[in-house]
Amino acid sequence: MPSLPTISEKDEARAAASDAGAPEGSFDAPTASAHDEATIAYVTSLGDDALILGQRLSEWCGHAPALEVDLSLANMGLDLIGQATNWLGLAARHDERYANADALAFHRDVLDFRNCLLVEQPNGDFAQTMARQLLFSTWQHLLLERLAGASDEAIAGIAAKSVKEVAYHRELSHDWVVRLGDGTEESKRRMAAGLDWCWRFIPELFEVTEELEALVQRGIAVDPRSFEEEYRAALAATLEEATLDAPAEQRPILGGRRGHHSEHLGHLLAVMQYLPRTYPEAKW
Amino acid sequence: MYTTELDKQKQPPEGANVTAIDGAEDPALVEAFEARVAADEFIEPKDWMPEAYRKTLVRQISQHAHSEIVGMLPEGNWITRAPSLRRKAILLAKVQDEGGHGLYLYCAAETLGTSREEMIEALHSGKAKYSTIFNYPTLTWADIAAIGWLVDGAAIMNQVPLQRASYGPYARAMVRVCKEESFHQRQGYEAMLVLANGTPEQKRMAQDAINRWWWPSLMMFGPPDDQSPNTERSMRWRIKRETNDELRQKFVDITVPQAEFAGLTVPDPDLSWNEAKGGYDFGEIDWEEFYAVVRGEGPVAKERMKARRDAWEDGAWVREAADAHEAKKAARKVA
Amino acid sequence: MSDWPLWEVFVRAKGGLSHRHVGSVHAPDREMALNHARDTYTRRLEGVSLWVVKSSDIVASDPDQSGPTFEPAADKVYRHPTFYEIPDEVKHI
Repeated sequence: MPSLPTISEKDEARAAASDAGAPEGSFDAPTASAHDEATIAYVTSLGDDALILGQRLSEWCGHAPALEVDLSLANMGLDLIGQATNWLGLAARHDERYANADALAFHRDVLDFRNCLLVEQPNGDFAQTMARQLLFSTWQHLLLERLAGASDEAIAGIAAKSVKEVAYHRELSHDWVVRLGDGTEESKRRMAAGLDWCWRFIPELFEVTEELEALVQRGIAVDPRSFEEEYRAALAATLEEATLDAPAEQRPILGGRRGHHSEHLGHLLAVMQYLPRTYPEAKW
Repeated sequence: MYTTELDKQKQPPEGANVTAIDGAEDPALVEAFEARVAADEFIEPKDWMPEAYRKTLVRQISQHAHSEIVGMLPEGNWITRAPSLRRKAILLAKVQDEGGHGLYLYCAAETLGTSREEMIEALHSGKAKYSTIFNYPTLTWADIAAIGWLVDGAAIMNQVPLQRASYGPYARAMVRVCKEESFHQRQGYEAMLVLANGTPEQKRMAQDAINRWWWPSLMMFGPPDDQSPNTERSMRWRIKRETNDELRQKFVDITVPQAEFAGLTVPDPDLSWNEAKGGYDFGEIDWEEFYAVVRGEGPVAKERMKARRDAWEDGAWVREAADAHEAKKAARKVA
Repeated sequence: MSDWPLWEVFVRAKGGLSHRHVGSVHAPDREMALNHARDTYTRRLEGVSLWVVKSSDIVASDPDQSGPTFEPAADKVYRHPTFYEIPDEVKHI
C-alpha cells in the first residue's frame, strides 16, 4: 500500500498563499488555532484512539460470552466509531490533504496513525478486553471532561458530546473488572493477566511532547498530567474492589503518538482498509 | 430474521405423538382454548394451553431466535472490513439489532417453560434448526448489501404478520423486532444501488451476489405448501398467518421490480410476468439443496456452528465468574 | 455451562408516564441487569428511566383463578361515574 504523499514545497507554497489570501476577520473565517498542524495532529490522535478501539470492539460482534454482553460491546464500538467520525471529520476540514473522515481512516498508513498503543492491543480474552477498556475509558473520560471546556469550540463540542458515552464505558468496564477479579480463581488469573498485558502502555497516555505542551499553553489541549493522580487513584479503587493487586510497574512502551506502533496495528489496518485501498476509484 | 418452521425430515415424526398428547388433554379445556384463539384473543404464559401448542411455539420461536444469532455471523464477517465509517456503523448497529432480536425471542420462548440455556444447547447439539440462509458464505461486500435487501426483505414478509400471533409474548417481541428492522432492508438496497451504479468491479460484485443469494432467499419461506404438513394447524392457532407459497409469491412480486430498477438480473430464466394471476411465474426451486442445508450440510454450516459453540464455551468462565461474584457478595451480606 | 438468572425490564418512556414492561434480560446481579437492560432496550432513545426486577421475585395472579380474582369486580357498577343519574341542567359534576 502506498504511504502518504508527503507535503511538497509546492503544496506548502499553496497553503501559504491561501492563508495570505483569506481576508482578515471575514465571516466564518476559521480561527488560526483550528488551522495549524499541531492542532490537527491532536484532533487526529483523539480520532485515531476512538477509531482503533472501535474497530477492535467490533471484532467481538457475534462472539461475546453472552448475548447481553455482545450488545454492550457493540454499543461501545458504535459510540467510538461515532466519535472517530466526528474527530476525524474535524481534522479533515482543516487538512486539505484529506477530503473527509473516511480519507483519514482508510488512506493513511501506519506511520501516520497517532493513536496510543493501548487501543491497538488485541482483544485477547474478555478479561484483556475489559482491562484495556478500563485503562483507556478512565483516561478518556477524565480527558474529555476537561476538554469539554477547551477554548476551541469545535473541540469542546465533540468532547462534551462524547463524555457522556465514555462515562458509561468507564462504568461498565469497572463493573466487569470487579466481577472478574473477584469471581472465580480462573477469572482472577485471567483478569490479572489482562491487566498485566496492558499496564506498560499507561505511561504513554500521560506523555507530554513539546507539541502538546504548546497546545496546552494555548488552551486547545488538556495536559493529561493534570489528572494523572486522579487516574491512578481511580484504577487503585477499582483494583481494590476487584481484590486484585496492581501489576508491577513495567518499562513504559511509547511511540504511538509519533506513528511508531506495535506490530498489531498494521494487521488491523490491512483488514480495515482493504476495500477502499483495493478499489480507490469506488464509492460505497 | 425469521425462518419458517423447519423439520429435520420432510415428514415430521411427531404427528402421532401430538394426537396422543391432545387425546390426554381435557376436551373442554382444548375447546375453550381453540375458541379463544379463534376469537383473536391472546394467550399469555400462565394460561392453559395444549402441549402441542406449547411445543410448536417453543420450536418456532427458538428457531427464530437461533436464526437471529447465527445470522449475526455472515454479516459480522464484514464489520471489520466495511468500506466507510458510515457503512461500518450501520452494519455494526444492524448486526447488534439481530443479537437483540435473538435476545427478545429467547425471552419470549422462556415464558413457555424452556430455559435459554436448554435452547442454546439444542442449537449446539444440532437438534434445533435455524434458517438455511445463514449457511451460505459472505464472499464480497456486495453480499452484505444482498443480505440486507433480499434476506431481510424475505424476513420482513414473514415477520410482519406475526405481530398478531396468538401468543402474547411472541407477538410483543415481534412488534419490537419489526419496528427495529425497518431500516435493515432499506440500508441493504441502498448499498446495492450504490454498487450497481458503481465501477465495473462493483457491478460485478453486485450481480454475483444476487446470483448466489436469490435462490436461497426464496428457500427461506420453507417447503411448498403441499409439503408443509403443520401449516393448517399453525394457521388455525394464529402462530403462522400466511402460507409459505403465498409469502414466497409476494416476495418475488415485490423484489423483481427492485432488481430491475437497480439494473440487476434475477438469475432465473423462467421468470416471467403472468398477467392473468397478476404476479410473476418463476422457476422450480432446488428442494434437494434446501433439504441438504436443513440437514446441516450447507456450505459453511460447520463454521457457523463452531463459531457459536466457541463463543458459548469460551464465555463460560465469564458467566461463571459473574455468578461467583454475586454469590460472594450475598455471603458477605449475610456474614 | 450456565446462563444467568432472568430479570424483567421496565422503561419509563418519558417524564410523567409510568414504567412499562418491555421484556427481559439475563444478568448475574442487579447492577449488571441494569447495564444489560440499558444496552438492550434503550438503544433508540426509548426511555428516561429503567427498572429491573428479578423475574422470580414477581408474584403473579393465577389465570385459573381469574374468576374469583377479577369477576367480583364486574357487578360493582356503583364504582363508576356513569352509574349515577344527574339531570343535564346540572353542570360541572
